[in-house]
Amino acid sequence: MEYFIELFLGGLTRGSIYALIALGYTMVYGIIQLINFAHGEIYMIGAFTALIVAGILSMLGWNPVAILIIASVIAVVYSASYGWTIEKLAYKPLRQAPRLSALISAIGMSMFLQYYVLLAQTSNFLPFPSLIPDFKFMEPIEHIVRSSEIVIYITTAIVMVFLTFLIKFTRIGKAMRATAQDRDMAMLVGIDVNKVISFTFIIGSATAAIGGVLVASHTGQINYYIGFIAGIKAFVAAVLGGIGSMPGAVLGSLVLGMSESFFTGYISSDYEDVFAFLFLVFTLIFRPSGILGRSDTDKV
Amino acid sequence: MMKRHFGKVLIVAVAALFMTLTVSGVGLADTIKLGVAGPHSGDLASYGIPTIKAAELVVKDINAKGGVLGKQVELIVEDDVCKPEVATNTATKLVGEGVNVVLGHICSGATKAALGIYKDSKIVVMSPSATNPALTQSGDYPNFYRTIASDDAQARLEVDFVLDILKVSKIAVLHDKGDYGKGLAEFVKGFLEADSRAEVVLYEGVTPGAVDYSAVVQKIKRKGADAVIFGGYHPEASKIVTLMRKKKIGIPFISDDGVKDDTFIKVAGKYAEGVYATGPMDVSSNPMAAAANAAHKAAYGEDPGAFFLNAYAAALALLNAIEQSGSTDYDAISKSLQTNLVDTPLGKIKFDNRGDATGVGFSMYRVQDGVYIELK
Amino acid sequence: MFSFSEIKKSLLISLWFMFLTFPIMVIRVNTIYKTIEWRWDRMIMVGVGSFFLSFLWRFFIGKKETGKKKTDTGEVQQLTWIQRLTENKKIYLPSLVAISVFVVLFPFVFSMYQTNIMTTALIYVVVGLGLNIVVGLAGLLDLGYVAFYAVGAYTYALLNQHFGLGFWTVLPLGAAMGFMFGVILGFPVLRLRGDYLAIVTLGFGEIIRLILENWNAFSSGPSGIANIPRPGLFGLHLSLHQNIIYMYFIMIGLAIFTIFIVGRLQDSRLGRAWIALREDEVACQAMGIDKTRTKLSAFALGATWAGMGGVMFAAKTTFINPASFTIWESIIILCVVVIGGMGSVLGVICGAMVLILLPEYLRAFSEYRMLLFGAILVIMMVFRPEGIISNVRKTYKFEGLKDNNKDNS
Repeated sequence: MEYFIELFLGGLTRGSIYALIALGYTMVYGIIQLINFAHGEIYMIGAFTALIVAGILSMLGWNPVAILIIASVIAVVYSASYGWTIEKLAYKPLRQAPRLSALISAIGMSMFLQYYVLLAQTSNFLPFPSLIPDFKFMEPIEHIVRSSEIVIYITTAIVMVFLTFLIKFTRIGKAMRATAQDRDMAMLVGIDVNKVISFTFIIGSATAAIGGVLVASHTGQINYYIGFIAGIKAFVAAVLGGIGSMPGAVLGSLVLGMSESFFTGYISSDYEDVFAFLFLVFTLIFRPSGILGRSDTDKV
Repeated sequence: MMKRHFGKVLIVAVAALFMTLTVSGVGLADTIKLGVAGPHSGDLASYGIPTIKAAELVVKDINAKGGVLGKQVELIVEDDVCKPEVATNTATKLVGEGVNVVLGHICSGATKAALGIYKDSKIVVMSPSATNPALTQSGDYPNFYRTIASDDAQARLEVDFVLDILKVSKIAVLHDKGDYGKGLAEFVKGFLEADSRAEVVLYEGVTPGAVDYSAVVQKIKRKGADAVIFGGYHPEASKIVTLMRKKKIGIPFISDDGVKDDTFIKVAGKYAEGVYATGPMDVSSNPMAAAANAAHKAAYGEDPGAFFLNAYAAALALLNAIEQSGSTDYDAISKSLQTNLVDTPLGKIKFDNRGDATGVGFSMYRVQDGVYIELK
Repeated sequence: MFSFSEIKKSLLISLWFMFLTFPIMVIRVNTIYKTIEWRWDRMIMVGVGSFFLSFLWRFFIGKKETGKKKTDTGEVQQLTWIQRLTENKKIYLPSLVAISVFVVLFPFVFSMYQTNIMTTALIYVVVGLGLNIVVGLAGLLDLGYVAFYAVGAYTYALLNQHFGLGFWTVLPLGAAMGFMFGVILGFPVLRLRGDYLAIVTLGFGEIIRLILENWNAFSSGPSGIANIPRPGLFGLHLSLHQNIIYMYFIMIGLAIFTIFIVGRLQDSRLGRAWIALREDEVACQAMGIDKTRTKLSAFALGATWAGMGGVMFAAKTTFINPASFTIWESIIILCVVVIGGMGSVLGVICGAMVLILLPEYLRAFSEYRMLLFGAILVIMMVFRPEGIISNVRKTYKFEGLKDNNKDNS
C-alpha cells in the first residue's frame, strides 16, 4: 500500500509539472489553433532567467524566500515578454497563411531559442539552487513526499483555478472565448483580436515561467534542452485531455503522469514512453477530441 | 514582383555557393595533415572541443621543434556533431582533403559510421574517447586505435568492486537507454549474472531528461537492492542520487566515466558524497600530464575539458608513429604504433594488435568532501 | 522613409530587444565559483543590430503587404517565373538538357565529398517527395514520418545481418515494409483530423524509435548495427570513390523514378481525390470518394518512399542506430516539404537541396548553424509561406464548347 501511495504521489508530481506547461500550450492553441512548439523554450528561458537572478542574489546573501519570490517575478516578466515578442515576430504575420506555415515557423522559433540559449550561456547542465526550502513540518514524511512537490501541487491548483476564473468570469476572458470561437465575428463585435491574442501569449508564457522555476528548483539542474523534452510531453498531455480546454489540460497531465508512474512502478520504465504514446493513441481512437475536448461537427 | 525576385536570388546564391565551395579546398603545400573530427558544435561540443585544443597544443609544440619528418604538421578540423550520417560526410571531406592520419571521432556511433570510409582509404584513426568494445574486439576495424580503455573493462572493474570490496549481493542495474550507458549496463549485467555471488534484482532504463525519477527510485527500494550500478551520464545520475538520498535510501551508488565529472559533484552537491565512479587512472603525478594541463591553462586560460589528456596522448602517438616509421604509409604507421613505445601524459604506451592502448585502464574513484579521490 | 517616427520606432524596438536579451546574453553566473560575468559589449551589439534589422523587417513586411494587395485587386494572377519557364518550350527543353548534362557530369567534376553530400540531399528528395504525398497532396500532417524511414533502414540492416540479403533485394522489400507499416499505422488514425493526427503520428514515430532502442535482442539497441554493406554492382569490387559515384547514380535513378511516379500519381484519379480531400472532406465524401481508402493510400504510398529512402540511408551510412531517427529528423523532412513548397515536385527538390546542403556549406559557421537554420525557417515562413516554389494548380480547360469557361480553380 505504501508503495502504491508513493507511486501515486510520484505520478501526481509528474502530472502537475506537465500541467503547468500544458496549460499555456492549450490556451494558445485554443485561441489561434497553433501548436506553439516554442512554448517549451519559453519555459526553459524562464528557468534560465530565474537561475541568473537567483545566482546574483544568493551571492549578495539574500534570504532564500526573498530570492524565490524575486527570481520568480523576474522570470515571469521575462518569459511573458519573450512570449509576446515571439507572437509579434513569428506568428502574427502568418495569421492568414496556411496552418502548416505557422507550425514550421513555431518549430524554427523553438530551434532558434534553444541555440540562442546554448550559445549565449552554455550547453552543459547547470546546477539550479533549491529555492524551495524544506519545510519543518514536512520532516516526518519527507521520504514520501518532498516539500518542493507539495509546492508544485499547490501552485498547479492555484494556477488552474486562476486561469479558469480568468476565462470564465472576466471581460478579457469573454473576449478570449469569443476570439477562439470565431475570430472574424469577434472582430465585428468590436473585440481587438490582436490584443486578445497578445494577452493570451503573455498569460500562457507567464504560466510556463512559473513551471520553469518550480521544476528547475525541484530537479536541481537545467540546460537548454529541458524545454523541448518537457514541451513534447506537455503537448501530449494537452491533446490527451482535449486541446483548448483548461480542465482538460490538467486532467490529461495528471492521467499521463499517473499512468507513467504506475507503469514504471509495476511493469518497467524501459517502455514508459511507449506506453504513454500508446495510451494517447488509444484514447484518441475512442475519443477523437481527447478526454474533455468538444467534438466539433464538420462544417460544410 | 517580390516573389520572382526572391526565388531567383536564392537559386543564384545556391549556385554560387556550389561553385566557390567546390573550387576551394584543394591544398597543395607539402605538410603532414592531421585530421581532427568530433562534435565541435551543438550540445555535445564540450566532449569534442578539448580534443581540438589538445591537437593544437601538440602540433604547436612539434612544429616548433621542426615538425615531423622535416615537414610541418597541419591540422584539419571537421565537425561531425556526433551523428553517424554527418560523420560519413565529415570522413569523406577529410579524406578528400588528403589527411594522413585522423584523431577522432569522439562518439562510438559516429566513429563506427566513419571508420569504413577511412578503412577503404587506408587511413589510421585514433580516438581519445570512443569506448564501445566492438570497435577493437570485433576485428572489423583494423585501422582503429584508441587511447582509452573499452567499456567492458570498466564494467568488469565496477562489478569486481561491488562484489569484492563492497561485498553486497543484491544489485540494481540502471542505465539511460543511450549508446554508452546501455552498452555498459549490458556488460555489468552479464558479468553479474555469470557470478554466483550476485543477483541482479532490477535492470531498467530511465528516460533521459524526464522531469521526475521517483517511480524508479521507489522501485529500487522495493526490490531491496543493496547497491545501484548506473550506466550513463551525470545529469541523470545526479537526479537519481539526489532523489535516493532524499528518500533516505543510503545504499552505495556506483557509476562510470560519464559521471566522473566535476559537474556531477557541483549539481548533486552534498548528495554526491560517497558516490563511486570509475574513471581513467589518475595520471596527475605524470610530469607530461602536468605539463600538458599547464600548457592548456596558459594557452586558453581555463582547465582542460573531457578527454583532453587522452587526445593529447593520441596526437602524440600518431605523430610519433609517422616520425618513427619514416613515412605516412598506412602499414608502416600501423606497425610503428604496435611496436614502438611512446611517452605520453598517460604514461609509456603502445598498442596491441586490436588497437587498444596497453597500460591504459580505469580506477575507482569516490567523492570525498566534494572531490573525486582515487581508491587504491 | 527614414522619417523621424520610423527612427523612433526602431529605437524603441532596439531598446526592447536590449531589455529582452539582457539576462541571457549579458550575464553569466557561475554559482559554483560565485562569479558573475558581465558582457556589456553584447548588449550594444544587440541594440545596434536590432535597430537596423527592424528597418529591414518593416521594409519587407510592407513590401509583402502591398504585393498582397496587388494580387487581391488584380484580376489575373501573375505567373511565377518558374511557371513561365515550364510553359515556354524554347527555354524549357534546353534547360532540361543542360540540367541532365550537369547531373551526369557532377560526380566527375566535383570532389568525392561533394558527391557524397549530394547523395544525401537526393535521399531527402526521395523521402520529401514521399511526405509530399501525405502532407502536400492529401493534407494530412504527419510528424512521425521518420518511423517509416527507420523501418526501411532497419529492414536492410537486419535482413543483411541475419540472412545476408543484398541491397538490390532489400530495396523493394524496404519499400514494401514501408507500405505495410503505413497501412498498419495509418489505419487507426484515419478518424483523427488536423493536430490530433499530427500528435498521434508523432507518437507512432517515437514508439518505433523507442522500441528499436529498448529491444536489444531484435535491433541491438542503442549501439546500433554496423558494417552494413554499400550497394554492390554485380559482385565487382569498387573503390571508395567509385562506390560513392555509384551510389550517387543509384540515387539519381531513384529520384527520377520517384519524380515520375509522384507526377503520374498527382494527375491520376487518386491524386485528384487527395487534393479534393485536402480542400474539403465533407464535400469530397458527398462526391462519392471513399475517404478511408483515399487517406490510407496516401499514408501508405508516402511511407513506401520513406522505406526506400531508409534502405539507401543504411547503405550509405553503413551504420545505423536509433539516434538517427528522432523527431528532429521528421521535422527536417517536413521542413523540406514546406520550405520547398507544398505539393510542388520542383519545390520539394529545391527544399531538399537547400536544407540538406546548406548545413554542410555552413560548416564554417558550425557553431551558429542551428541558430541560423531556425531563423531561416521563421523568416522563410513569414515572408514566403508558400515555399520557394509554390505549387500551381493544374487548370483543366474544356474547349469543346464555345462558352468562355475561364474557371481557374
